[in-house]
Amino acid sequence: MSGMNHWENLPLWAGLPAALLLILGGGIALIGCLGLMRLPHFYQRIHGPAITITLGTSCILIASMLLFSAQATRPVVHELLITLFVLMTAPMVSMLIMRAAVHRELRKPPPNPPRAESAWNVYGDLAQRPSRTPEPPEMP
Amino acid sequence: MISLLTLALHGALISVSLGLLFCCVRLLLGPSAQDRVLALDTLWMCAMLLCLLLGIRYGSMVYFEAALLIALLGFVSTIALAKFLMRGEIIE
Repeated sequence: MSGMNHWENLPLWAGLPAALLLILGGGIALIGCLGLMRLPHFYQRIHGPAITITLGTSCILIASMLLFSAQATRPVVHELLITLFVLMTAPMVSMLIMRAAVHRELRKPPPNPPRAESAWNVYGDLAQRPSRTPEPPEMP
Repeated sequence: MISLLTLALHGALISVSLGLLFCCVRLLLGPSAQDRVLALDTLWMCAMLLCLLLGIRYGSMVYFEAALLIALLGFVSTIALAKFLMRGEIIE
């Protein structure tokens, strides 16, 4: 493969774990994005990118640290900056998006008749219960 | 050794590119605004991963700085969008 000559004399102890971590990180990132695309409800969908951000990013960053440390024959740890930043901010971001979603869903009036997929269906039995909200009056 | 690393690197590049494609699909047909914000956040993260992988591919440290910048900007933009979804304005 042309263009990869800078990794020619890479020792085995760095190359083998780095290759495994790269495959693992790429696969985990792909699975997270697949979950984001495929899952049916927003509250399920928000769990997909979590593994992309934590596990996938950590695997690829550790592989990058290994490779560059072995190439420079000294510890190269500045990828820890991205790791720390991403691991600190990912819960904050998902919590803010989740709060915004709950806020927006609960600000809407409850559906009449109630639907099973509504955010008001906290206990999962809203479709079975009889509707108590009266019909909205006709606007003139 | 080098062929195994090349294989793993290109596998990871293809996986992350497919992830970018999936995020774009969710961004385009997300039914609500919070779905789109979530897809945009994941898109930033996948772009950061792609930058890191390209840095390994070309053996250069410059891509690392780009990845750090992408992580910072993605965090700020997602916070701003989530705050806008919740309050209707960003700076109160």
